[in-house]
Amino acid sequence: MSLNEIIAKKFSSWEKNVLEKLLKKFPERQKEFLTASSEKVERLYLPFENEQEKYIRDLGFPGEFPFTRGIQPTMFRGRLWTMRQYAGFGTAEESNQRYKFLLSQGQTGLSIAFDLPTQIGYDSDHPMSEGEVGKVGVAIDSLKDMEILFDGIPLDKVSTSMTINAPASVLLAMYIAVGEKQGVPREKLQGTIQNDILKEYVARGTYIFPPEPSMRLITNIFEYCSGELKNFNTISISGYHIREAGSTAVQEVAFTLSNGIEYVKAAVNAGLDVDSFAGRLSFFFNAHNDLFEEVAKFRAARRIWAKIMRDKFSAKNEKSLLLRFHTQTGGSTLTAQQPDNNIVRVAIQTLAAVLGGTQSLHTNSRDEALALPTEDSVRIALRTQQIVGYESGVTNTVDPLGGSYFVESLTDSIESEAQTYISKIESLGGMISAIEKGFIQKEIQDSAYKYQKDIESNERIVVGVNKFSVEEKPPKGLLRVDPKLRDLQIKKTTEVKKNRNNEKVKKNLSALKVASSDPNANLMPFIVDAVKEYATLGEICSVLRETFGEYKENIVL
Amino acid sequence: MAKKRILIAKPGLDGHDRGAKYVARALKDAGYEVIYTGIRQTPEAIVSTAIQEDVDFIGLSLLSGAHNELFPRVVELLDNKGAEDIIVFGGGVIPIDDFDYLKSKGVKAIFTPGAQIKDIIDFIELQN
Repeated sequence: MSLNEIIAKKFSSWEKNVLEKLLKKFPERQKEFLTASSEKVERLYLPFENEQEKYIRDLGFPGEFPFTRGIQPTMFRGRLWTMRQYAGFGTAEESNQRYKFLLSQGQTGLSIAFDLPTQIGYDSDHPMSEGEVGKVGVAIDSLKDMEILFDGIPLDKVSTSMTINAPASVLLAMYIAVGEKQGVPREKLQGTIQNDILKEYVARGTYIFPPEPSMRLITNIFEYCSGELKNFNTISISGYHIREAGSTAVQEVAFTLSNGIEYVKAAVNAGLDVDSFAGRLSFFFNAHNDLFEEVAKFRAARRIWAKIMRDKFSAKNEKSLLLRFHTQTGGSTLTAQQPDNNIVRVAIQTLAAVLGGTQSLHTNSRDEALALPTEDSVRIALRTQQIVGYESGVTNTVDPLGGSYFVESLTDSIESEAQTYISKIESLGGMISAIEKGFIQKEIQDSAYKYQKDIESNERIVVGVNKFSVEEKPPKGLLRVDPKLRDLQIKKTTEVKKNRNNEKVKKNLSALKVASSDPNANLMPFIVDAVKEYATLGEICSVLRETFGEYKENIVL
Repeated sequence: MAKKRILIAKPGLDGHDRGAKYVARALKDAGYEVIYTGIRQTPEAIVSTAIQEDVDFIGLSLLSGAHNELFPRVVELLDNKGAEDIIVFGGGVIPIDDFDYLKSKGVKAIFTPGAQIKDIIDFIELQN
């Protein structure tokens, strides 16, 4: 008898002689057990048949194809992940203070949150900006604001992630200009722009232009950076917001990687060599509460992407196969009720991200279901990462959950279910077409609807919300953004417009206008020229709006 | 009695539409006539849709913190147009400290994270 047969035989005898008897006396708590994404979980997982073959084929060694166990050979034994808290609110001055605080507390990278007008290409004085200036991030109208934002922060020493999509080219241009003023050469600038427009159409909502010109802007950035900013991640292909919008873990992986495929295709079609830009693609995922499912998700995503890049795009450079990713803990898992409980949720999610081999991490603060986080809350969130990093011991070995029957099995099932979605999207004509058909939106919404129904029917327990709830006093000391800030910001920008060389601004903006109508022109150099003369974000985006038009939401209910 | 008509709307620039879409769909499932505006609507556009669609309620959803500016603006525009019989309620990430202000400006109810659809239905059914 082979060892596999022995295990199978012993298993059936255990089921009959041990398990069945026990179940009669002590039935299980539920008829079936599901992950947070409603995947069925078995009572017990067993060794795989052909365990060794499977190891060689599906796991391999860290830093080697298919990268299931991690993208580097030593992972956190070499260095810990970058601890990077997403922050920004109010004016550039206030945000600059918060960044300096975070750096003084041991944070190792910056992550800039922009307010919604900035993200949608409006200056603070635009009528659509009413009520929104400085609320969910910092307001940036011109290079002047960006200079204040990074005042006293040496751009050759920190890496900066910027959550900016539709106007990513403008904010990148401003970052380059600030670097120049600090005397930092372009190749020394390190960081990431999110620059992922496709998920904006289905999940996040800060689009400006229709898909085609948006994809062109993205390809322009890939091309420009491959020559000039070799250490910059040109895109952060984001599943985070797809998950926050209510998708399952499988959908998060599938839709994110399908977006990735679309970006690579667009760049290759524009004539770029895949290996000239693929190494600078980065990803961004969510970490929710279901620890093992999340770890498996990260491992599966690495494996699928490596295969896509090797087999579909024939990438030759090993760096092109690596799925490097940032993680943020799940905002939608936070509760407004008993907010201190969120510290525990975030700790579990941190563990998931670290056990899944993340390259950088943002941990949410306990009070974020109520308002922007206070300094105290942010400190606890950062300390959570530091405790996992320095005290838990999970960083001492590479991929500690590798070989767990359960985690390997989950990794396999996430990979195969995500592959099914990816093929389905391909058959719909790719991601843009799937978005235009409303397929992605519908899939996400159906998952979100089911999840919420499960909570309302108490099939799913959220501690403090539908079980273990208490009467609570309203929380005190929440951070508030001064509503007068908009006037202040408008005044500042009016001043900038008065003092700049308006002749040059006009000339640069009309050069940009001409270039925008020529599909073969790369717009980055034109945008860099314009921001250096203090053309505002709103002015630049307005030129592009004229040429490109605006995207109209495809409402799917 | 005719089915009550409800407009679910997203004022401002906030793109977080998970809650708004859930509420829209769940109210529809509960038997109401529901219209959803999509994201990035001005208060003017919301009010004009509400009047055009002859709704009984407007549910505003906002997670960006602009509620103190935008919710009262919707109520004010309804009043200006003689449509003050349309009942406005709101939801999203809204600190409890703002409830009194919003209510004083004519927003009838606020639903925050953790609220259930039955709470909203109870509120709707209590209005005459």
